[in-house]
Amino acid sequence: MAETWLILGASSGLARAIAREVASRGHELLLAGRDLGDLERSAADLRHRFGVRAQALPFDALDTASHAGFVQDVAERAAGPLTVVVAFAVMTPQDLAEREPDTALAMISAGYAGAVSILLRLIPHFERTRAGRVVVIGSVAGDRGRRSNYVYGSVKAGLATFTEGLRARLFGAGVPVTLIKPGFLDTAMTWPMKAGPLMADPADAARSIVTAAEKGRQTAYVPFVWWGIMQVIRLIPGRIMQRLSF
Amino acid sequence: MTAWKRMEVTGWGRVPRVLAEIARPERDAELDRIVQAGTGPLLAMGASRSYGDAGQPVPGGRGLLTTRLDRVLAFDPEAGTITVEPGVTFADLHRHFLPRGWLAPAIPGTAFATIGGALANDVHGKNQAAAGSFGDHVRSVELLTADGQRRTVDRDSDPELLRATIGGLGLTGIVTRVTFALQRVPSNAVTLTERRIDGLDAFLAAFEAARDATYSVGWIDALASGRSLGRGILETAEHAATSVAPVPPRQRTVPVDLPSFAMSAASTRLFNAWWWRRIPAEGRTRSVTIPAFLHPLDGLRQWNRIYGRQGFRQFQCVVPFEGGEASLRRLLEEIGRHGQASFLAVLKAFGRQGTGHLSFCMPGWTLAIDLPERKGVTELLGALERIVLDAGGRIYLAKDSRLSAEGFARMYPELDRFRAVLGRVDPDGRWQSGLSRRLGIHAPLQEAIHG
Ligand SMILES: Cc1cc2nc3c(=O)[nH]c(=O)nc-3n(C[C@H](O)[C@H](O)[C@H](O)COP(=O)(O)OP(=O)(O)OC[C@H]3O[C@@H](n4cnc5c(N)ncnc54)[C@H](O)[C@@H]3O)c2cc1C
Repeated sequence: MAETWLILGASSGLARAIAREVASRGHELLLAGRDLGDLERSAADLRHRFGVRAQALPFDALDTASHAGFVQDVAERAAGPLTVVVAFAVMTPQDLAEREPDTALAMISAGYAGAVSILLRLIPHFERTRAGRVVVIGSVAGDRGRRSNYVYGSVKAGLATFTEGLRARLFGAGVPVTLIKPGFLDTAMTWPMKAGPLMADPADAARSIVTAAEKGRQTAYVPFVWWGIMQVIRLIPGRIMQRLSF
Repeated sequence: MTAWKRMEVTGWGRVPRVLAEIARPERDAELDRIVQAGTGPLLAMGASRSYGDAGQPVPGGRGLLTTRLDRVLAFDPEAGTITVEPGVTFADLHRHFLPRGWLAPAIPGTAFATIGGALANDVHGKNQAAAGSFGDHVRSVELLTADGQRRTVDRDSDPELLRATIGGLGLTGIVTRVTFALQRVPSNAVTLTERRIDGLDAFLAAFEAARDATYSVGWIDALASGRSLGRGILETAEHAATSVAPVPPRQRTVPVDLPSFAMSAASTRLFNAWWWRRIPAEGRTRSVTIPAFLHPLDGLRQWNRIYGRQGFRQFQCVVPFEGGEASLRRLLEEIGRHGQASFLAVLKAFGRQGTGHLSFCMPGWTLAIDLPERKGVTELLGALERIVLDAGGRIYLAKDSRLSAEGFARMYPELDRFRAVLGRVDPDGRWQSGLSRRLGIHAPLQEAIHG
């Protein structure tokens, strides 16, 4: 049976990899984001490589006034059950956020407020169709407030809490909600970092993410080693955490 | 805001090594911004499967990795033409188009090479005699030039710029789209015939006899000498009518650099002898998938580590058929005399001249060989260069890291036309590679600019 995956923020390296993984499984795609020209090219790529239907749609997380109309448009275009992947995020470096707090607010508006706005407006759709799923791309950065990245971390922590609640909200409709916590993925976001053994290939990560979503997992660390790493980091007492600069 | 990462960059042979600032843009807009920012010197980088310094920025220069610009933008199944971003690889095309009966027209020995890299070196495959090289099948390219503009270049709009860009080593700008023709194939397989060949004379005669074959390639045991000089295996192949089950990719990786004794003369001799005996004396014929036939080494990731941390050089030349046998003999004898341990050498026949100003292909015999980086190897490469010059042949820049500027100028007679185009599209020499500096490709320009 046909099914459609809507990727919100579909131009990022990880989102592109997810779209290819979804297309390789034969599903249709709606690629949404601000750079429509870029999304059209990605949609063409998915059609030519995988022979699936793929379309590009304009979507701006900050333009919350447009979200209701967007949800309606998506519902009309989607064939079969709809999976929504929230993949947009802005990451402003911590030092910039401290120097120019407005950049921190922009990060919160897109990454948190924008996500809440679109997901709340999707609830009626899921209640009506009682099918599909939600996938939210969070981050391991949301597990602890760390000196080096706490604004971004708090956006992802807020998103994690929201996602947990949404999971309960949609439970009755039989719509699973999966929170993905990626570690370091080899994309533009991490390019300046030194490549190390923890740096994961986005195509491999995408395979784990789509599989976790299809299995209806609640939370998935990707790659899985991050589960172990975060278990340890979570155990660090606050007394010590406040002295750490990582 | 473009992120640059300071990295060591090497070609596949891992000599030379250079430190450069590398960006890996994921979007057109970012690429445009980088080029428009006016910094330099710049160089487009594909999968870094060129062996020497062709794909290497100059020390401290800037490299633009295209591996994340890898989308298939259009495909016309009527005409068989495809338009791709430069980072699409031959492996991508095999994976997505071979099952539908479409194959790239000219394919190098590694499927990891990108289409941008294939264009910039005007690469050839085992079907060069029949099908020409990659550039012959290119309909148009989009080129982002030093002035920050993207322009569509084809045979009508600007034939000289197209000829400078095909085989142009990334020096005319960064190619952002390539439109070229795929070929229809009846299945995913070829019928491959392998036979033992006793020596060089027999080899050339066998190639002659196999002139109508779609694919032909010879593997020469470079350590055989005397009467067995030029001994090896000839492979010929035709597209098969029916497909074979695709072999599940069994990827292995060479985990670490092997110590240098791994490639001693003795171990290589043993390997080469086994390679020869593996084929029964009466030869054999079987069906194999096209990727398995074209890319025998791709199953072993990072096989370049076999040569150890010091790396290796590859030498590939083409010599005209006229007098070609004597030249090949001299080349093989010279290699044998230096006793540089080497795996197999590859021998092929080219049928056509490439279309680029700096295209490598021309009618003749082509010989390729790997040489571990040891004492004496640069002298050996110098001696081989002289033999090629005497023969009126040329050395393949995609493999090279040693050719002299004078030798290069004599081997590539259209260099002046190439330089004339550079003078027009990149007068300040913003696009440069280790190779372009070594070979003085911009030299007359620089003199003109700086007096
Ligand atoms: C195992 C092996 C087998 C091979 N067999 C063959 C063979 O049979 N026939 C053959 O012809 N070659 C062969 N090669 C060589 C290889 O095909 C070429 O070197 C090819 O150019 C490599 O492509 P790349 O993507 O790695 O490019 P790179 O090596 O990264 O770059 C090569 C050149 O292309 C330029 N370039 C890359 N992208 C762009 C772009 N977007 N715009 C402009 N310029 C660009 C670079 O600046 C550089 O000058 C082989 C190499 C290996 C390792």
